[in-house]
Amino acid sequence: MSEAVITIARAQAAKASSVDEARKTGATPAADPMKDDATAVEADDEPGDATEAAPRASKMEAVGLSAFYGKHEAVKKIDMPIVDKQVTAIIGPSGCGKSTYLRCFNRMHEVIPGTRVNGKVLLDGDDIYGADIDPVLVRRHVGMVFQKPNPFPTMSIRDNVLAGLKLNRVKMKDAAERAESALRQAALWDEVKDSLHRAGTSLSGGQQQRLCIARTLALEPEVILMDEPCSALDPVATARVEELIHELSDRYTIVIVTHNMQQAARVSHYTAFFYMGDLVEYNDTDTLFTAPAHRRTEDYITGRFG
Amino acid sequence: MPAAAADLGYRRRKLVDRLARGFCIGATALAVLPLFLVLYYVAEKGLAGVSWDFFTKMPMPVGETGGGMKHALMGTLIVVAVASAIGIPVGILAGIYLGEFGQGGKFGQVVRFSADVMAGIPSITVGLFVYAVVVLTMGSFSALAGGIALAILMIPTVMRTTEEMLKLVPAHLREAALALGAPKRRAIWRVAVRTAAPGIATGVVLAIARISGETAPLLFTALGKDYFSTDLGKPIATLPVQIYNYAISPYDDWHQQAWTAALVLVFMVLVFNLAARALVASRGAKR
Repeated sequence: MSEAVITIARAQAAKASSVDEARKTGATPAADPMKDDATAVEADDEPGDATEAAPRASKMEAVGLSAFYGKHEAVKKIDMPIVDKQVTAIIGPSGCGKSTYLRCFNRMHEVIPGTRVNGKVLLDGDDIYGADIDPVLVRRHVGMVFQKPNPFPTMSIRDNVLAGLKLNRVKMKDAAERAESALRQAALWDEVKDSLHRAGTSLSGGQQQRLCIARTLALEPEVILMDEPCSALDPVATARVEELIHELSDRYTIVIVTHNMQQAARVSHYTAFFYMGDLVEYNDTDTLFTAPAHRRTEDYITGRFG
Repeated sequence: MPAAAADLGYRRRKLVDRLARGFCIGATALAVLPLFLVLYYVAEKGLAGVSWDFFTKMPMPVGETGGGMKHALMGTLIVVAVASAIGIPVGILAGIYLGEFGQGGKFGQVVRFSADVMAGIPSITVGLFVYAVVVLTMGSFSALAGGIALAILMIPTVMRTTEEMLKLVPAHLREAALALGAPKRRAIWRVAVRTAAPGIATGVVLAIARISGETAPLLFTALGKDYFSTDLGKPIATLPVQIYNYAISPYDDWHQQAWTAALVLVFMVLVFNLAARALVASRGAKR
């Protein structure tokens, strides 16, 4: 697999250079986090600490993944692994395809009429776009948190947490325990334990977003996708959600789309930079932010455009 | 800028403002005046006949005072129940189709347009249609035929409100349900329809209120009857038709009964409308 990934990395770099014609540095392709199973990736929990050499399995992987809106190709033949039990951030200017790309990972892109996906997304080596794969089942393994907190307005806090299980007709004898466990994991339990019957929409925006995270956790997914989860929150609520993301990365593989580069730097182990539907650069977060290999990346993270 | 000129302009504007506002208030008063006059008139004429007997007794023969409209009250309840049993499920399911599946399609557009046309069709035409299709086929006027006629009037309203209410449910709620691994049918039923439920219920209640006063489509479907009946296959008396028959009769007693029946009918519609308002209010109750 290492051979293939190196080729992929080169192909990405080549494509990136075609996108960025101004780039003359001719930098070597970025060190891909999956470059070599034996050496490339650190095992340390500290993001960006690349001293340790231990293998990291890839939990998901995009292979030649393209996403279309009608004829418009919003995501262009992306090859990119997602490392298990790490936080991967996807950054890039508005309209670069990062949200669309994220939605391909739990087959939510195709929910919008007129859309189409080409290529593969592997989950533990199996293509979730395989012919006999039920998208509904994929979504139970790959959860999603949206930009705007969206608890179900007709349900209480408790029912919101259990909504995923109820909508899947899971028989529960231990509903109360499950709700509590999910709320604890989402660091919301202490704030709502006395008002579980109240409407989910009665909470503050930050609490609502943590409720939505709890709702996703209750299904015990393997991967959690987050589409700009803090963009509707104030700084205090944002800090709480970021802290939560950090805690959850012990147990879950997390992919987060963000337009906030400081946030990517704070919460993620790996960062991918998207531009105009292309993956320009993908590396461990420290390297990407301190020594970007591509001019386009550097321009973006230093605020020269975007 | 000369202060005096500016002052003049300002005073002129204030005058125009006051005039325009006056016209608007006048027009509004004119618009609601008939409602209050109708209520007042019906109450004034009808209240005299309101008694326990009116609700529990059959009509007396001409010349004898007293008696009631038990049969017509029961008839109206039965015909409206039949109409609801047909119209509510068909209307809601069709509305769900339009709102959740038929947004862009040609079929959806055709259905939507037909519903809008149907909502504007004179109700007597619907009565004629049901007469030709149901009454002639069955060989008899019947409560069932009356119910079908009213259901046809009800369906467009129920269907369009259901669709509109579903469109008001934010798309991100459906996405949230789908992202939790809910099958589409359950995302629609348990999240979208559930969220839209108070609005849909309001539409249903208003549709019932509207059809319960319909007279024309019942004239040659349910026809009317002078005896108490609960048989769906037989003609049945209803309040609106009874009002019509009594009002055009030459007897003062019957005129009185017609006024009272009208008052009861108006009161029923009023109750339905209040129920609809309560449903709308309950929308935000769970905050």
